[in-house]
Amino acid sequence: MSQTAQTAQSAAKQTNAIEVRNLNFYYGGFQGLRSVSLDIAERKVTAFIGPSGCGKSTLLRTLNRMYSLYPGQRAEGEINLYGQNILDSKQDLNLLRAQVGMVFQKPTPFPMSIYDNIAFGVRLYENLSRSDMDDRVEWSLRKAALWEEVKSKLGQSGLSLSGGQQQRLCIARTVSVRPKVILLDEPTSALDPISTAKVEELVHELKSDYTVAIVTHNMQQAARVSDFTAFMYVGELVEFSVTKQMFIKPAKKQTEDYITGRFG
Amino acid sequence: MNTALYQRRKLANTIGVGLSMFAMVLGLFVLLWILFILFRNGFAALDLALFTQSTPAPGSEGGGLANAIVGSLMIVGFSVLISTPVGILAGVYLAEYGDESRTAAVTRFMTDIMLSAPSIVLGLFIYAIYVAQVRHFSGWAGSLALSLIAIPVVVRTTENMLRLVPGSLREAAFALGAPRWKVATMVTLRAAQAGVVTGVLLALARISGETAPLLFTALNNQFFSADMNKPMSNLPVVIFQFAMSPYDNWVRLAWGGALLITLTVLVLNIVARIFFREKVSA
Repeated sequence: MSQTAQTAQSAAKQTNAIEVRNLNFYYGGFQGLRSVSLDIAERKVTAFIGPSGCGKSTLLRTLNRMYSLYPGQRAEGEINLYGQNILDSKQDLNLLRAQVGMVFQKPTPFPMSIYDNIAFGVRLYENLSRSDMDDRVEWSLRKAALWEEVKSKLGQSGLSLSGGQQQRLCIARTVSVRPKVILLDEPTSALDPISTAKVEELVHELKSDYTVAIVTHNMQQAARVSDFTAFMYVGELVEFSVTKQMFIKPAKKQTEDYITGRFG
Repeated sequence: MNTALYQRRKLANTIGVGLSMFAMVLGLFVLLWILFILFRNGFAALDLALFTQSTPAPGSEGGGLANAIVGSLMIVGFSVLISTPVGILAGVYLAEYGDESRTAAVTRFMTDIMLSAPSIVLGLFIYAIYVAQVRHFSGWAGSLALSLIAIPVVVRTTENMLRLVPGSLREAAFALGAPRWKVATMVTLRAAQAGVVTGVLLALARISGETAPLLFTALNNQFFSADMNKPMSNLPVVIFQFAMSPYDNWVRLAWGGALLITLTVLVLNIVARIFFREKVSA
């Protein structure tokens, strides 16, 4: 079977969690994204790669409208989350963010206990009994492969964990509210190789339940964890295809130059 | 190599170091001198009666500062109870909500003016709008006047401490779908806790020695009174009145009061320092 046939076949039974159409993004007067269109497939990992300043993080931050926290930043176009345009001014941002979770570059544990770091997000939208909450906390921590390391010290501050553990706590926190989509913004760039491997393994497991979009500046990482890859350059989407295909035989010269290390 | 240039630079350095050392010694000398005089006179006045008896009538022997100590604690205590919530909420508004809005800019400017406003003016203000209206001095009036001094201190430290909280922490809370008020109260304010408490302690230290605003608000009371609606005795005003009096026992009590206030402020500053350092390093 040829590559294209394979792509077509997988695309046929594939639903899209998010469809981005003609997205333009502005930081005040500066245009950060230029008419970007792409689909993020449900229960797959989609990676955004490209050199610094290419707009990959910007694109990710439009998907949960994180940019709306900052006056002066605005997006035009359409981003459909299961058919609903989240750029609509009537979109409730808190509800959106409960559905589209995000993990950041630097671990950001809240200044509270490990248990409460998880429970904080769950309590926002669910009223659970104590034992149900205990179960949810354990479930989330297991999902993030952190349970065994912290089960005896759930009352300790989240800040007492190591960097890699903190990042997995943040992943557990994001998973705990059971979002539809999980956005990862360079989640391993502040971690050592062992923690990185653990997080990558997690990303792989997460996709059985969640749609994942990950920004990474590490091309090997994109190749390892993702099903689809988007290569971006100065605000434009240069190439978007199945990861294997992009890394074996990129369609555009620019993509090839970047992934072979000739620039970027 | 130009050794002449090098020699000249060395000389300039010596003069520079000499001048700054001299300034340092001068400052330190004055401070130690103040503490020496204060401790010598203050500790001489320290006895049990100072804490158990009230201020003596003119011409009578002995006496203590019990009424002034309790009055000061109550006036300052209520002032902290008033200014802490107001100051913290305003600080949260400035850092988390207002940000660059016009209201926030005006509030910030007014707070800065209040920070450097002469305390006697703030006392006079409370006198005009409260004391003159109800026609009697009271502990409440004193608390209000001190609150006007404390609030801007708490507002600015709260805002500054909240601004030190990394934006990524704020974003992480928003990313879970938390509404702004939850982000502010449960995450950022908690992260800035140590700094905010330090701000309250420093405001407390600042107002515990203020005299001018109490002169025409709480006034003084020769007798023991815990009624905040009546004129109330307090350490700063007692010191002010007793220190210049012709009676030896009054002057002695003034020194005792001065020592108490200084030690309180000293302890508050040390506690604030330790608290801040421990929490920040943790």
